[in-house]
Amino acid sequence: MTVETKSSPNVLATVQAVVGRNGAVKEELIPILNEVNRLLGYLPAEALDEISSLLHVPKSQLFSVASFYSMLTTKPRGRHVVQFCESAPCHVAGGRKVWVTLMETLGIKPGETSADGKWTLITTSCLGVCGVGPVMLIDDDIYGNVESNQIAGILAKYE
Amino acid sequence: MKYYRTHVLVCMDPQCRRKGAREVVQALQAELAANGLTEEVQVLETSRIGGCDEGPELMVYPEGVHYANLTPDDMAYIVEEHLLKGRIAKKFLMEATTAADEELRAPTPKEIRIVLRNCGQIDPQNIEDYIAEEGYMALAKVLSSMSPDDVISEVLKSGLRGRGGAGFPTGRKWALARDVVGEEKYIICNADEGDPGAFMNRRVLEGDPHSVVEGMIIAAYAIGATRGYIYCRAEYPIAVSTLRIAIDQAREMGFLGENIFDTGWSFDLEVRMGAGAFVCGEETALMSSIEGKRGEPRPRPPFPAQRGLWGKPTNINNVETYANVPQIILRGAEWYASMGTEKSKGTKTFALAGDVRRTGLIEVPLGITLREIVYDVGGGIKDDKTFKAVQTGGPMGGCIPVEYLDMPVDYESLAKVGSIMGSGGMIVMDDETCMVDIARFFMEFTQDESCGKCTPCRVGTRRILEILQRICNGEGRDGDIETLEMLCAEIKADSLCGLGQGAPNPVESTLKFFRQEYEAHIYEKRCPAKVCRALIRYEILPESCTGCTVCARNCPVNAITGERRQPHFIDPDTCIRCGICMQVCNFNAIVIR
Repeated sequence: MTVETKSSPNVLATVQAVVGRNGAVKEELIPILNEVNRLLGYLPAEALDEISSLLHVPKSQLFSVASFYSMLTTKPRGRHVVQFCESAPCHVAGGRKVWVTLMETLGIKPGETSADGKWTLITTSCLGVCGVGPVMLIDDDIYGNVESNQIAGILAKYE
Repeated sequence: MKYYRTHVLVCMDPQCRRKGAREVVQALQAELAANGLTEEVQVLETSRIGGCDEGPELMVYPEGVHYANLTPDDMAYIVEEHLLKGRIAKKFLMEATTAADEELRAPTPKEIRIVLRNCGQIDPQNIEDYIAEEGYMALAKVLSSMSPDDVISEVLKSGLRGRGGAGFPTGRKWALARDVVGEEKYIICNADEGDPGAFMNRRVLEGDPHSVVEGMIIAAYAIGATRGYIYCRAEYPIAVSTLRIAIDQAREMGFLGENIFDTGWSFDLEVRMGAGAFVCGEETALMSSIEGKRGEPRPRPPFPAQRGLWGKPTNINNVETYANVPQIILRGAEWYASMGTEKSKGTKTFALAGDVRRTGLIEVPLGITLREIVYDVGGGIKDDKTFKAVQTGGPMGGCIPVEYLDMPVDYESLAKVGSIMGSGGMIVMDDETCMVDIARFFMEFTQDESCGKCTPCRVGTRRILEILQRICNGEGRDGDIETLEMLCAEIKADSLCGLGQGAPNPVESTLKFFRQEYEAHIYEKRCPAKVCRALIRYEILPESCTGCTVCARNCPVNAITGERRQPHFIDPDTCIRCGICMQVCNFNAIVIR
């Protein structure tokens, strides 16, 4: 999920490739947004413009969909995205302490990106691996049975 | 398909391969050829047999014998002893107890596995494995000897009810969709398993996707649908890819597509992914999402059976409901209805989580008591602590206290105590859990996931959350409990979908069964379970403290002072109550007051 500053041609090419793969029809809108979001790290305004013209969907409607789903974001994210599971089994298994430590260590609140652009912290809904809660996801790496005193060590693995 | 008397499954996961699994397979095949067994014994490459720690490893079926720590040189012995003479080669035998699957353990005596029967037993990416377990036999039976009405009446007789949580009789739902006149009908599988702590459906989709696909084809035949969708949440990437493989294989075999089994009937399926919105598990919101819109619920009626996806008649069931169907068709409605209670038949899967010894997936006959689930299946409470409550039904469910431990688990009994069956999350809590904190926690979830369409749900859940946050922060006021009760009743009565109607359940049930905890927070500024940070303080017991300084060195805010080898002291004004000192203390000298 590493995000570089993409130049417009890159954004346009990505969008066109994704739309080509899925088909330029309205019912493929969510799969298209999902894939663009995954490839670019977020949905830049110019990507939405391009999708709007390719699918003949008004921009207002695109934005209403993009802002509804938690996996879609119109804001750039940090180099690494830390997702902490906010669900009850993780909470009961001591997740809250770990969560507080995580916020304190990163120095940011959920939804924020650190000033140096390294970290974005968000919560995630249940990832379905409740047997090893508390669970944390950094980019695509999943960490289970996380304890407060492991946080600093785990974060140190990321450049 | 060719028939083999014995199948040998060899694990080919990276770890086993590094230890020489490839060479083991080659040696095995050479030995089989040398002994003339290639026509009788089939070697299959698979994954996750025992967890690879003792690899290379293999399983011999039908006996189900697990051999581990193998080298190529051992193959001659195993082929001769086991495959030729039929004697188990004891020196390589692994006991079944070493299985590394913590999510789905060997069943306990109180369990019956129907939905989960194939999970972990077959290769989910190989349709022939499923066919070998009577897969697609039910479909063959349906298409060759049953009319759509026969199918519906069989499902109706079985007593199967919706496993997504609402418990509507499946047969009746199908009949409604069948009776609507329409050229085009759709069928949907709700695989948007969003309840925190529930992962039963994920496991079925990842471990036995064809059971769901087969159930859907049968349902489509019964109601006359031509197209189907499986709506799976994006948090389950493995389930999505397994499903896609399963659908492709079913299509290749002619179970999906044009002119299925030469009957002239056509049906096809595709997978749709969500994008992270809990409310999309609600059926009308789910359909909006498939249509590419915001996942907001619509009013019912019209019900999906009348006007569903793209305005067409639609039948929508949950993963587990469909997975039951092939077995009901094959073994008959009477067999299925022989399990369970008068109104709740069959089995139900649950994801057992929280403070029990054995967490993970279980499948039990309905009507089993909570006590049996917690103590016999779950092995009791962890660390010999005391049971306090069990929360069923996910964020829209309620907390059930110890008085109801002997209550049977079925749709009606759970509703009677203010909870719901839900999709099958079950969180067991011990006496160190604060019920106000739990209610606040669930309300945080529903407040966040409310789609915002209905004001009572959008604003009401927010108000409830604010009050609960105040109470947990030690700022509860006289009258808070009454306001909470009023808000709960209003939200329940005035919300469109199950999310709003169920959102107050965690608060209502804890208010009913654990009212004294709310009162302790509000009037005595005390958290009896010692969880709520504002209402507790950490203290060092001078008589136990050795002055080792570990706590002081680990305290993130330097709230701990003291000389080496002298009792230390925590400054309550600086302390942020993170609990790290307590975790690192080797002498149990730190307590919560």
